[in-house]
Amino acid sequence: MQFWSKKKDNNFPDFWKNYLDLFDQKKENKLLAETRFVAFDTETTGFDYIDDRILSIGAVAINTYAIDVCDQLEVYLEQKVFNKDTVEIHGIRKNNDFDMISEAQALQQFITYVGDSILIAHHADFDRNMINSALQRQGLGKLKNRILDTGSLYRKTKHALYQNDRVHSHYSLDDLCNDLKISKSDRHTASGDAFITAMAFLKITPRLHIDKNIKINDLF
Amino acid sequence: MKNTIAERIQDFLKQFPPFDVLKKEELFSIAGQIRVLYIQKGEYIFQQDTSCHEEFYIVREGAIGLYRDVKDDQDLVDICDTGDLFGLRIMIIKKNYRMSARADEESIVYAIPATVFEPFIEDNKEVNRFLLGTFATHARNYYTETEKGQKIDNTISIEVANDLSALRSITYNKKPITCSLDDTIQDIAKKMTKKKVSCVVITDQNKCPLGIITDGDLRAKVATGFSLITDTVSKIMISPVVTYSKKLTVAEAQIALIKHNISHLCITKDGTIHSKLTGILSDHDVLVSFGNNPSVLIKEARRVKKIQKLRYIRKQTEKLLKSYLEQDIPTPHILHIISEINDALIVRIIELSLKEMPSPPPVKFCFLVLGSQGRSEQLLATDQDNAIVFEDVDEENYKATQNYFLALANIITKGLHTIGFEYCPAEMMASNPRWCMSLSKWSSQFKDWMTTPTEEGTLLSSIFFDFQYIYGDATMADTLSDVVFDGVNKSNRFLGLLGVSALQKPSPLGFFKQFLVEQNGEHKDTFDIKIRAMMVLIDAARILTLQYNLKGVNNTLQRYSKLAEIEPKNADIYESCAKAYRVLIKFRTRQGLLHKDSGRYIKLNTLSKKDKLRLKRCFRPIRDIQELLNIRFQLKTFM
Repeated sequence: MQFWSKKKDNNFPDFWKNYLDLFDQKKENKLLAETRFVAFDTETTGFDYIDDRILSIGAVAINTYAIDVCDQLEVYLEQKVFNKDTVEIHGIRKNNDFDMISEAQALQQFITYVGDSILIAHHADFDRNMINSALQRQGLGKLKNRILDTGSLYRKTKHALYQNDRVHSHYSLDDLCNDLKISKSDRHTASGDAFITAMAFLKITPRLHIDKNIKINDLF
Repeated sequence: MKNTIAERIQDFLKQFPPFDVLKKEELFSIAGQIRVLYIQKGEYIFQQDTSCHEEFYIVREGAIGLYRDVKDDQDLVDICDTGDLFGLRIMIIKKNYRMSARADEESIVYAIPATVFEPFIEDNKEVNRFLLGTFATHARNYYTETEKGQKIDNTISIEVANDLSALRSITYNKKPITCSLDDTIQDIAKKMTKKKVSCVVITDQNKCPLGIITDGDLRAKVATGFSLITDTVSKIMISPVVTYSKKLTVAEAQIALIKHNISHLCITKDGTIHSKLTGILSDHDVLVSFGNNPSVLIKEARRVKKIQKLRYIRKQTEKLLKSYLEQDIPTPHILHIISEINDALIVRIIELSLKEMPSPPPVKFCFLVLGSQGRSEQLLATDQDNAIVFEDVDEENYKATQNYFLALANIITKGLHTIGFEYCPAEMMASNPRWCMSLSKWSSQFKDWMTTPTEEGTLLSSIFFDFQYIYGDATMADTLSDVVFDGVNKSNRFLGLLGVSALQKPSPLGFFKQFLVEQNGEHKDTFDIKIRAMMVLIDAARILTLQYNLKGVNNTLQRYSKLAEIEPKNADIYESCAKAYRVLIKFRTRQGLLHKDSGRYIKLNTLSKKDKLRLKRCFRPIRDIQELLNIRFQLKTFM
């Protein structure tokens, strides 16, 4: 106990302390229908966790097993960093009709928004790493949330024979859209992909014989 | 804050009513509050008799079926497709769901919170009308059920949700029976009985409605002894009354009745209780306005308990027929629907008649309709031709059994008469002992007609051989048709005689191609469309189907299309006969509806030049088919 509390006494900002507090108590094993899930996606300048930066984060919540459009987050980050060739990376969007905020602000909004919800992302490792390195740059810890990966959930719906097949083991979000018949509108925007991921999650779980009446722990 | 998802939902919503009339910002604020549901096939969104969700739904993709639970079964009320709304109950009455919504295929549904949408209903008339209309279409069957104030085991399926009939204005009684406050209960009960109304409105000296008394009130408050019949009406009247102005749509009327849980609305000049009473609208009026739906009529026919009520359904059927003719719906389709309704009416009459009998039938029996009814070609309620076949019994029991069925037939034919089917002038009805016989007697009668043909036998067989099973034991009807085909195969002579009678029908046109009219009698100077035109086509079709042993094809149009299949070389003749027959049926039906008679005798001077030409064009195939019969059966040798 000493060890944990010491770590929290740091000069962390309040939002981060509150965030950590959420994970202190032992988690109740709730029904899926009572659980808040947050599907999210990050849009980045590239695939390198260290050098590349997050351009935007899109997230939308699943409450009572339905996508809650009003419970969503969509943030766009100012780009001030230089890449290794010291060339300024431009935001890929022009004619922005939305506000740009700093990385610190964006992370604060994101962390406050997700709370202790279960996160859902497609190829979740990448998005988690991007968020974690951004958190690190801000002198904060790593994400504490449990994360579900729609890519690996989807793989489980396939026949055991194909699950480890190289050709079939990697499913892009486009594959999921095609197979699950999800509309690809706003594909490649953070919010659009977050919505698609949420939809994919709702469509995959019944195939795994998971419905809103099972407990969360059965998902992991 | 930016919300890409909401923008996309807004793009979707704006394509569909009622959202299409909302402003962009309004729509965006709604879209931002939506929940997106994924529903697997077979999964329920809500179930009947559970409390209303705080939201209503629009289908994004997939199909949601709305069902009403009926005992162990479910009746489909409607299928909602992309853009359709459902679960609107929360917006209107906030009571338990009256039906279940289940995904017929995997679906994505947007849930719109009621509280978010409510302001738009109040501010926007078009939105309001649309929601009421949609709700009313779904609620319609609920409504017709409660019309009788009882739980009903049947529901009515509504085919189309988007028909706008619910937005028509409603017709109602514009001459309500009224009385004043100091009238006694006995006075008004007498008045109601005399005028045959179920309610009376109490008005003041300015004719403004003060209260209302219905049959139900008399039952609940007077017959039970709570009030005396000498008390004044003020003691039992329901006050204040629910009033509306006359510009009321069917949907609005329906919702008003459901909302207040009442059976009558008062219509006043300005829609308040402080203006003059101009009419009274009952739940019955709402029902009547929906009477244009064949499935409603059939279902209604099946559960009616009084023959008078069946008469009303028959009247509605006539209205339906009229509208079908106006819309120029294909004749086979009209024939099909109308004969389905007629069959349902007859079956119900038989069921009700059986209840009136002191005992159940001693043996199995089978009720047949004959002639045009048997061919499912009776559009207008002309005369009734029918017969009863009962199981063979011992000689000593025969008389008693026949008497039982004659008594039953008497009730049935009387019932048919009550609802508008005239008695057959030739007494070809099951109430005639000649046409109410045991199976073996019928068989020998049929054989007799075929083996020793007489003129009467030929005429009768042309009526009786077009029989159609309606009620009872169908195997007996099958046996009889076997007898007919058996006899035909044994004797070609019989068909020949039938053919002669088809050739001997009076011709429609004279030497100068003028219409030939009746020379004397009641129908002098009219053109007899039945004898001079339709009968030949009907007879020819029957003879040829008998020749080919085509069982179970009773309808003239079906007979011709079957014949065209079998004899491709004569297909042209058969098809033109079918076409001519379609025109003639419509012609006769229009005439009948116009003059409120059988339509058989046409006054030529009432026809336009165009109609006369159309009629004449039908006569060519008649000549062709007569020629064909002549050659095929070498009829010259018979004559």
